[in-house]
Amino acid sequence: MWCELSQANFFDEYQIEGVSPEDNEICLEVAPENLSRALKTVQNAKAVKVKLTKKHCPCLTIAAELPTLSSIGRIVTHDVPVDVIPRRLWHEFKEPSMPDFDVSIFLPHLKTMKNVVDRMKNLSNFLVIEASQNGQMNLKIETDLVSVTTHFKDLGNPPWGDVASQEGRASQSRNPDTMAEARVDIRRLQQFLMGQQVQPSKAMCNIVHHKVVHLILLHEDMSLQYFIPAVVQSG
Amino acid sequence: MPLSTQSQADDEQYVLVASLDNARNLSNILKAITFKDHAIFNATPNGLKVTVEDSKCLQANAFIQADIFQEFTIREDVVGFQVNLTVLLDCLNIFGGSIVPGLSTALRMCYKGYGYPLTLFLEEGGVVTVCKINTQEPEELIDFEFCSANVTNKVILLSESLREPFSELDTTSEVLEITMSPDQPYFRLSTFGNSGNAHYDYPKDSEMMELFRCTTTQTNRYKMSLLKPSTKALALSSKVSVRTDSRGFLSLQYLVRNDCGQVCFVEYYCCPDEEVE
Repeated sequence: MWCELSQANFFDEYQIEGVSPEDNEICLEVAPENLSRALKTVQNAKAVKVKLTKKHCPCLTIAAELPTLSSIGRIVTHDVPVDVIPRRLWHEFKEPSMPDFDVSIFLPHLKTMKNVVDRMKNLSNFLVIEASQNGQMNLKIETDLVSVTTHFKDLGNPPWGDVASQEGRASQSRNPDTMAEARVDIRRLQQFLMGQQVQPSKAMCNIVHHKVVHLILLHEDMSLQYFIPAVVQSG
Repeated sequence: MPLSTQSQADDEQYVLVASLDNARNLSNILKAITFKDHAIFNATPNGLKVTVEDSKCLQANAFIQADIFQEFTIREDVVGFQVNLTVLLDCLNIFGGSIVPGLSTALRMCYKGYGYPLTLFLEEGGVVTVCKINTQEPEELIDFEFCSANVTNKVILLSESLREPFSELDTTSEVLEITMSPDQPYFRLSTFGNSGNAHYDYPKDSEMMELFRCTTTQTNRYKMSLLKPSTKALALSSKVSVRTDSRGFLSLQYLVRNDCGQVCFVEYYCCPDEEVE
């Protein structure tokens, strides 16, 4: 999962001194539960300050003044331990490149998709996502007991999908009716859908046939990318 | 409506086609009898009967008459099959359970006959879901031989009067005892649990009692585990009729109104617990 937030939209004050003037970046590894727990405790604060500090180890120090019934506020500080990633390893954490997809399509209304996937999860562990360049997407599950297919139509395809000649596929002009599909673990798709509280301004899905599903969400001030690898058909 | 664009030729293959503008008119009533995985569907020109049984001692039936459906076509006298009820309910609710005003899921249920799956076409907001649920040969149903002629005691109560006691029933009690009598206590529910004995009395002239016809004093005990699931049917219904026959067999009949105000029935039959003297 890859998420990008534009700092100007979130922070009143933002200061950073990176590794060097040429590499003005810092790369940190943190356990998400620790960070989210700390942020949860300060969610009612009027202002929150996040600093990279060095206590017994490098930490993200989250400090906030919480409102109380009396006139004196309560100060809460969390030190969330982090690992600083050295520059020589930064290449391992680069934004994954857009895969050479077979189909790129806009996602349907996420709430509808979530409702359907939640029910499908009761019936199967795996789900097949297939889509075509003419705006059709199907979600399919199949078990011994039941098969269920949900058909979405007229979803539209992002303009970059029209580029017929992708690397290695220049000879193949894509038939808009052809479906690209990938079989994924339903829980991964459900996790992605659970996190969407607000309908994004743009939601898209790229499918590399039998390989990976790449989901992209664009909000006004944030972008989110989610890669789900395809699982091999068993049996 | 997209579902009706299915060709006529397809229809001729089906022995049963049933359509509803609002799938909840089927799924809600099925919830009242979902306490086991499997249900037996029995369709006749009169409509649909869905049965769930437990340990050969309890039978729950849901009746949905043909005129509840927007379309009900049957090509044989009787069409019967068995399906996994939990799977069916997940399919009927595939678009989620949220009640958005004006937005309902349309349903077209089709069956080709023995060996074929039950096919559901569900549509909401232009999105279509097709479900194919495997069917099995229907198991033979118990005939409780409960007939009106042998009914000794009958009462009809407003469901709201029973809801609280039923939801509070002491489940540490192995049995639910029902006493019906022309004399005091008239109609009594009793439990015998770890925290002691509890009795719920309904006098015959209570405003909750719509009908009171008891001829003999009868006390019967029924396994709590068998009757507890009927709480769901009670929750959906507006009134319930409680009848016992000379053998002590129990019949509970619930009047359920669906989203459109149409009436459907759910009934539970239960054998008395054998340990009673």
